[in-house]
Amino acid sequence: MDQDIFVVIEHLRGQIADVSYVMLAGARQLTQDTGGKVMAVLLGHNAQGLANSLAADGVLYIDHPALAEFNSDAYQIALASMIKERSPRLVIFGHSSIGMDIASGLSAKLGIPVVNSCRTFTADGKFVSQICGGKIMAEGDLPTPTALITMVPGGYKSEQGQSTQSATMTAASTPALDGIRIRLKQYIEPDTSDLDIARETMLVSVGRGIQNKDNIELANELAEALGCAVSASRPVVDQGWMPTTRLVGKSGKRVKPKIYLALGISGAPEHVEGMSDSQVIIAVNTDPNAPIYNIARYGTTVDMFDLLPVLTDKIKQAR
Amino acid sequence: MKIAVPVKFVPDLVEELTIDPGGTALDTSWLRLIINEFDDHAVEQAILLKERVGGQVIVAMAEAEGADDFLFASAAKGADQLIRLTGDFSSSNNHALARALADLLKELKPDLILTGVQAHNDLDGSIGPLLAEYLGLPYVGYVAGLTAAADMVTVRKEYAGGLIAEMEVKLPAVLGIQAAEQPPRYVAYSKIRQVMSTAKIEERAVASLDLSGGITISRMFQPEVTERATMMGGSPEEVADKVIEIFKELGTL
Ligand SMILES: Cc1cc2nc3c(=O)[nH]c(=O)nc-3n(C[C@H](O)[C@H](O)[C@H](O)COP(=O)(O)OP(=O)(O)OC[C@H]3O[C@@H](n4cnc5c(N)ncnc54)[C@H](O)[C@@H]3O)c2cc1C
Repeated sequence: MDQDIFVVIEHLRGQIADVSYVMLAGARQLTQDTGGKVMAVLLGHNAQGLANSLAADGVLYIDHPALAEFNSDAYQIALASMIKERSPRLVIFGHSSIGMDIASGLSAKLGIPVVNSCRTFTADGKFVSQICGGKIMAEGDLPTPTALITMVPGGYKSEQGQSTQSATMTAASTPALDGIRIRLKQYIEPDTSDLDIARETMLVSVGRGIQNKDNIELANELAEALGCAVSASRPVVDQGWMPTTRLVGKSGKRVKPKIYLALGISGAPEHVEGMSDSQVIIAVNTDPNAPIYNIARYGTTVDMFDLLPVLTDKIKQAR
Repeated sequence: MKIAVPVKFVPDLVEELTIDPGGTALDTSWLRLIINEFDDHAVEQAILLKERVGGQVIVAMAEAEGADDFLFASAAKGADQLIRLTGDFSSSNNHALARALADLLKELKPDLILTGVQAHNDLDGSIGPLLAEYLGLPYVGYVAGLTAAADMVTVRKEYAGGLIAEMEVKLPAVLGIQAAEQPPRYVAYSKIRQVMSTAKIEERAVASLDLSGGITISRMFQPEVTERATMMGGSPEEVADKVIEIFKELGTL
């Protein structure tokens, strides 16, 4: 295809988000198979320094005070004009709080198709998207002449998108960024009053399979016997059964304990994103097709309510 | 405040999903559909907002098996207007659905549109931002909590790692809801039954779907796994013994 691939770099408060490197690594893989250059697209204000770590053939930079913080209105105006002017082959966004706010809108605005949740590209240049909570993959040709992509992590290593040699930076033309209807008021820092699950060496983690708040006690008892902490998936936190500080995943913490015991967690991509670096994952899930078994080292389809009391007792005895 | 909530049904992931003989789509013959969980949160958030600031809540969705039950349940929770889009949605995509919803919402002119931040089967973009663009409105997604004033909402947008950005968005606007401030409330079936005798669902025919901007799938499949988990079978006692062995091997017991 031999046309450039744009990667929209995500950054917040002076830090590049990891998904940016994953996207660069994916774009590099694709250009090796199909040609073209990898161009990092950086939008910001006095943010040139952020380009240093990006493994790209070039950086297109737009500097404007309205781009100092992420703003979906300002980002969309700036990117729409850049895409129209330069007709790239692909524009890759993170399937994230930043990328998902703008990719679909740009698709509607510019009449360019958008592919969601792409995890990898095949050697012949097809997208492979991960859908249905990780249970299904969908493959297809990248729409032509231009396509927008939102990319999920997991398919490429972020180290491969990092570089110590800075790429040549080109200032791209800045359109008028008027009529912005969104304004950042303030950031609210994550709660740090609780223990940091990212530092734990062992976690008993509960998912929606736990059914109700009272049953959390079963996990607490097991964790106590093991001398470790309890973490949770999003539905458990959204139900108010566990505090947000214990959330593992895309919107919570990234953990990498020696042992991650997943109880009644299906293994949705948003959860896996936060725990796939665990050394050993042991999954307890009654659904033999649960995606968690694709990443767990050990698994059992025994009902957790039958297993937990027995396991807790036996561990107490073993101590 | 007039709040519209477009929602959609998705395959229930608890069921086994199979690919149809054509190999490019899910086999729908046994597929059980349920409400997209983030849309369920959007309905809850709309009702919470109505309880705080007053107004009306409109819930709209394309026809599907179980759609009426969901709409009546929404009314039992506090929704004021129920709309079912009718037409052939069998080969629809998000672009087409967003266009059909945009036509409806242009007439209803809500102050605020809340919808789930995503659905697990989205392939060609997400409904919220597509809708925002077709309506010429601002969009903010990953929203977990908001307060409303006369011409503006202040939203809590989630970033990775628990960081929150508080953003002001001019109304009218579209928001992608990640989680309502409270878990979606439960309504007793008796209450839904009661509502069914009074509430009515308005039907609105969608003549033709415009699928442009969508994508084509050439193959759908279950993930190919290089290394699946070693499964531990047997009674709970036997499994517990195996788990303890693993703990011991790893030096954690
Ligand atoms: C933008 C965005 C961000 C998100 N961020 C996160 C995040 O940070 N973290 C996160 O976790 N999720 C996140 N999610 C949600 C994610 O998509 C999934 O919905 C969620 O991870 C599912 O949680 P779960 O596995 O606990 O529940 P489910 O998917 O409902 O799985 C429950 C599992 O329990 C099993 N089960 C039921 N009963 C038993 C039993 N008795 N014994 C054993 N097993 C049983 C079932 O077979 C099932 O597999 C996010 C979603 C979005 C859209």
